[in-house]
Amino acid sequence: MTVMTVIEAVKTAMDEAMAADDRVFLLGEDVEAGGVFRATEGLHAKYGERVIDSPLAESSIIGLSIGAAHYGLRPIAEIQFADFIHAGFDQLCSEASRWSYRTRGDAYLPMVVRTPWGGGVHGGQHHSQSIEAYYSHMPGIKVVAPSFPADYRSLLHAAIADPNPVLFLEHKRTYRLIRQEIDGAEAETRLGKARVTRRGDDLTIYAYGLMLHESLAAAETLSGEGTECTVVDLLTLNPLDRETILETARATGKVLIVHEDTLTGGLGGEIAAIIAEHAFEYLDAPIRRVAAPDIPAMPFHHAMEDFFMPNREKIAVAARELAAY
Amino acid sequence: MTVVKMPQLGESVTEGTIIQWFKQPGDSVKLDDPLCEIETEKVTAELPSEFEGTMGKILVPQGETVEVGAALCEIEQAPVPAGAAPGNGRWSGGPMAIPPDYVPAEEPLRPVSAPVARVMAATPSQRTGRTNPEDRSRYYSPAVMRLANERGIDLALVGGTGIGGRITRKDVESAPASPEPAPAPARESTAVPSGSSAYEVVVLSPTRKTIAEHLTRSNLEAPQAWTMVEADVTDLVARRNREKTQFQQQEGTDLTLLPYFTAAVCESLRDYPTLNARWEGGELRRFRALNIAIAVATENGLVTPVIKDAGDLSVFGLAKRIADLAQRAHARKLRLEDIEAGTFTVNNTGSFGSIASKPIVNIPQVGIVTMERVVKRPVVTSGDAIAVRSMVNLCLSFDHRALDGVEAGGFLAKLKAKLETMA
Repeated sequence: MTVMTVIEAVKTAMDEAMAADDRVFLLGEDVEAGGVFRATEGLHAKYGERVIDSPLAESSIIGLSIGAAHYGLRPIAEIQFADFIHAGFDQLCSEASRWSYRTRGDAYLPMVVRTPWGGGVHGGQHHSQSIEAYYSHMPGIKVVAPSFPADYRSLLHAAIADPNPVLFLEHKRTYRLIRQEIDGAEAETRLGKARVTRRGDDLTIYAYGLMLHESLAAAETLSGEGTECTVVDLLTLNPLDRETILETARATGKVLIVHEDTLTGGLGGEIAAIIAEHAFEYLDAPIRRVAAPDIPAMPFHHAMEDFFMPNREKIAVAARELAAY
Repeated sequence: MTVVKMPQLGESVTEGTIIQWFKQPGDSVKLDDPLCEIETEKVTAELPSEFEGTMGKILVPQGETVEVGAALCEIEQAPVPAGAAPGNGRWSGGPMAIPPDYVPAEEPLRPVSAPVARVMAATPSQRTGRTNPEDRSRYYSPAVMRLANERGIDLALVGGTGIGGRITRKDVESAPASPEPAPAPARESTAVPSGSSAYEVVVLSPTRKTIAEHLTRSNLEAPQAWTMVEADVTDLVARRNREKTQFQQQEGTDLTLLPYFTAAVCESLRDYPTLNARWEGGELRRFRALNIAIAVATENGLVTPVIKDAGDLSVFGLAKRIADLAQRAHARKLRLEDIEAGTFTVNNTGSFGSIASKPIVNIPQVGIVTMERVVKRPVVTSGDAIAVRSMVNLCLSFDHRALDGVEAGGFLAKLKAKLETMA
C-alpha cells in the first residue's frame, strides 16, 4: 500500500533513474536546495555533484543539456516554471528538435526538460502558463503531460529512456492535490499512448493534466443525470495517439475537447482536425471545445482566474449541451 | 461572526498543519495580528488576521492538518468604520460559482443556425420551457446518414430525440430496419411472429445462398468417404524457413506452406488421375490439366478461386498465384473465369488452428484435401528413438461414386511421401 502524490512520483522516478544510471543528472535553478516545488528534495544529498544549480538563464540550462546529451550523458533539466522556458525556445526548437534529423539519425539527443505548468494556484501572469501547444507544434520534440501519479512515474522513466528530447510537463496544481494508490495502479510505460480512463456511450471527452481530473468530475456529475461519458487521458501530446482518439470518437460520435490553454491555436484544434479528417462519417454533433478564452495571460485575481480557467462546472455545461444535441 | 480559513501558502500546496495558536477565544485581535502558525510541505508561516475584533471559537486544534479553505477559527468583527472595505477586499477561500449566464469559450457551432445556437447556449431549464427550437428533424449528421445507409433504415420513419427533434446516432441504432422485400428464407419462418425479440433474422447475401445450395446438393448427391494420414514435415518447414526471406524480398509477401502443399498435391494427382476429375453429365471426366481450387475464407463467405494449370507452376509461382487470388477474393474482385473449371480442391484448414476436419466435396469435383495445422509432437522414429517433429494431418473427402479407398489411400500415401521428402 503506497499512496503517492504527483510530486512524490516525479521525485521517485528521478531518484530511481539516477540510482540505476550514472549518466543521469539534474540541472536547474535551485535544484540543489530541492527546487521551489520540492521535486528534487534530498537528491543533492544523495547524489552530490549530479544535482547542479544553474544560473537564472533558461537558454543556458537547455543549451548545456544539449551539450551534455551530445557527450553521452542523460540530462534532466528543470525549468522552474513553464512560463520561463521560452528563453530556451530557440535551443529546443532550432537545435534539440532536429539534431537526429540533421544527422540522418547518426546522432541523437537523450534529454528531458521537466517543467511545472498550468494555473489554478493563484500564480498570476508569469506562473500559470500552458505552453504545450508551442512545443507540440515542433516535430522532433516529444511532449508528455500526465495526470495521475503512477503515470508521472512510469512516463518520466520512459522520457529519460527515450533517445529524443522530451518535454515533460507537470501540472503544478496537481502536485499535492492528486494522490493515488500506486501499487497495482495502471501505469503507461510508452510515450505516444493515450488511456481511456472511463467508458460511456453518449460522448467522449479528451483532456490532460488538471483538466483530466476536472473532466472526470464532470463525467461523474453527468452520470448521475443519465449521461455517460468516455474520458480519454491523452498523456502524450506530441505525438498524439491518433488510434485511441479516433476509436473513441467513432464510438460516441460526439466529442468534447478540454484544455486549460487558450482556445485559438490550442491542441484542441489539432485533435478536432484529426477527428474531422478521419472520423467524419461517425460524427453525430459538431466538435466542441472548452478552453480558456483568448486573453494574453492567466489573471491574478482569484475570481478572474476562475473566469479564465475551465473547470468541472463549465465542462458539465458543454457536455450536457452536446449530449442533448 | 467571520470565519478564518486555511490560506494557500504557496503554489501547489493543498493542505496545512496548525503548529500553534497565538490567540485564544476572547482575546482582542488587531489587523495583521498573527493568529496562528501554519506548516506546509513548502513553508512555515504565521497567519495574520485580516480583521479587527475578538477571537471566537478555535475550530482546528494544534497539530491537526486540514485542507486549504477549511475553517480554522471565528472572529467577532469590530464594527467597520463607514467607507472601509470589509475584509480588506481580500478573497477568503472558496471557488466562485459560475454565473448563470456563463457561456463556455468555444467556436460557434457552424452547422447550427442562429436560433438553435441561442437555444444551445441556454441552460437546460430555459431550453425546455419557453424557447421552442426550430424543427431539425430533417437535419442528418454524418453518423446518422452512414448508419441509415448501412442498415437500410428510412429516416423519415425514425423519431428524433435530439435538439429540435434531430435524429441522433442512438435513434438510428435503436430503430428497426425498414420493411423491405423480405428475403425468401425469412418467409419460411412465418410460424414465429416477426419482430420477435428472441432472435434476429440474418439477411442472406447471394454468396451465402449459393454456398448453402451447393453444399446441400453435394451432401445429398455424392456419397462421401473420409480418410486421414499424418505426415512428418520437419524438413519441409526448414526449407520454407530457408526460402521465405528471399521470397519476401522478391515478392513482398509471406511464403506459407500452402504453395509447397499444392505442388505436392499436383504431383500426387499425376499418379492418381481419378481424383483430378469431375462427375458431371452422368459420366466421370478425368482432366489432363491440373486446375486446383483453393478455399479462401472471406468476410462475405467461402470462395474457391482456381489456379489454372497449377501443375505447370513452381512453388514460388504457386505462391504468387495463391496470393493474387486470395487478395482479389477478399477485395471481391474475382472474375468468373477465376472460379470455374476446377478439377480438385485444396483447403488450408490449419490456418484456423484445426488439426482434423471433414471437408465436403466441392461437386462436381470428386476430391478435396485439407492441410491441417502443423504441430510439434514427440514422435517415435526409426530405431525406436523419440524425437520432436513437425507433424501435419492430411484429410481427404472423396466422392465414392468415382473412386474407391484404394485409390484414395494411394493418393494420400503419395502426398505424404512427397511432403516428407521436400527438403
